[in-house]
Amino acid sequence: MTGAQPSNSGRRRFFARAAAAAGLVLAPGVVLLTTKAKAAATGPRWGLLIDLNKCPIDCSECVTACNDENGLKGHGRPLTDAQWIRKVDVRDPASKREWSVPVMCQHCEHPPCVDVCPTGASFQRDDGIVLVDKHICIGCRYCMMACPYKARSFIHEDLTDQKPHAPRGKGTVESCTLCVHRIDAGGQPACVERCQGIATGAMTFGDLNDPDSAIARRVATYATRRIRDDLGLAPGVYYQGL
Amino acid sequence: MAGIRPFLTKVIVVLAMTILAETGVNAEETGVPHPVIAKGKGDQCVADTAFMRRNHMRVLDHQRDDTVHAGERAGKFSLKGCLDCHAVEGTDTRPVSFDSPQHFCRTCHDFAAVQVDCFSCHASRPGEKPTARFRHDGGDLTARLREAVK
Ligand code: HEC
Ligand code: HEC
Ligand code: HEC
Repeated sequence: MTGAQPSNSGRRRFFARAAAAAGLVLAPGVVLLTTKAKAAATGPRWGLLIDLNKCPIDCSECVTACNDENGLKGHGRPLTDAQWIRKVDVRDPASKREWSVPVMCQHCEHPPCVDVCPTGASFQRDDGIVLVDKHICIGCRYCMMACPYKARSFIHEDLTDQKPHAPRGKGTVESCTLCVHRIDAGGQPACVERCQGIATGAMTFGDLNDPDSAIARRVATYATRRIRDDLGLAPGVYYQGL
Repeated sequence: MAGIRPFLTKVIVVLAMTILAETGVNAEETGVPHPVIAKGKGDQCVADTAFMRRNHMRVLDHQRDDTVHAGERAGKFSLKGCLDCHAVEGTDTRPVSFDSPQHFCRTCHDFAAVQVDCFSCHASRPGEKPTARFRHDGGDLTARLREAVK
């Protein structure tokens, strides 16, 4: 068995190298698959920084803003109603300190929801935003199981009066899109706008790849944490004072 | 006789067509059903009209992928764009939704018996323009919240 290994691994190395160089080439000029180099290093990587020292327990303006923007309406059934941001109350038993942490899709760099999706509906854009392509989603909910942040919701009932910029419907899974329709138009997410506009300004949105952006400078200056950073998913949402 | 009958038939058909055209008898009155399609805003569609009749589903699919995956939002085949131009005024001041048989996409699709499921998710009429930037005026709340985090 051991005798076979060197030639075997040599062959594997050859294939790895060939694949890396040219995708999967069937014959000269006939390419089956091309491996797209990720633009992450050059393009933006959108992220959020939430300063929990400035985030009062009794404020849920970000949640309301999100619901308004994306047309989320509850049916009075908290267990199954769609929820893109939720405030999670936590308490440190030792210090008795209490927080209320806004948790939305953490837009992981290595999103488990994308790994498990059987149809390719769960995907990550080049700028790091993790989305569901609802045209492809079959509603299997594997992604909801895989997400350690409980960030996704399934739509159980027919919906009416959706917002034109936020199509939503029965039988598909959805979650925070980081207000991708606003970002593509040069804006920032509705929660951040509301937080800075009329609440306490605890939220900062920006490009983590741009060293001059406010968010990148803050992340480089202050002690921040990402929820369950030990899982190695490299979320795009940072918390200060957690 | 054999030569004159086809000739007479031709004359009658031509006469009948002329009369029909001049008295303004339309397709419906002749018993041939025909969808009544509302005209869109402006002079022309985002592509040649005949092309759009045949290929709107293909261009929409393309646009869908470009928008959702690559963030391309200024595309001319945007579904939101179709509905902005092809909104049909209802009895109230708002454009009709897909519930109404007069909805642009339904006029044809009901006739052709082709189901469109897009509007279980997509808004089927243009949205109301937001009047204020924020729904709440914020005054009191801001002060209260800033107090709370001091
Ligand atoms: C299960 C829900 C759902 C259904 C059903 C659905 N869509 Fe979508 N669609 C979406 C979502 C979500 C987006 C992303 C919106 C965004 O990112 O702004 C979208 C975006 C689009 C876009 C790009 C945005 C725009 O307005 O141009 C197009 C085009 C589109 N869909 C076409 C269609 C067509 C055609 C159908 C019917 C065959 C359809 N969709 C059915 C959820 C749906
Ligand atoms: C700028 C406004 C505008 C936009 C945007 C637009 N249309 Fe049109 N469309 C028109 C007009 C005007 C006509 C009628 C043209 C004519 O009479 O030749 C038309 C005609 C059509 C027709 C033929 C209707 C008939 O009478 O047989 C179809 C189908 C159609 N549009 C589909 C679409 C779709 C699908 C979209 C979105 C991808 C779209 N249009 C976007 C203005 C628009
Ligand atoms: C001029 C008549 C006409 C109008 C107007 C029209 N459609 Fe269609 N559409 C058709 C016909 C006919 C088909 C079926 C074509 C086929 O199966 O080859 C079709 C097919 C489709 C399909 C593919 C359906 C499927 O299951 O394969 C979609 C999606 C669609 N139309 C969307 C729309 C939308 C959205 C609008 C309104 C913006 C619209 N159509 C307006 C005639 C029309």
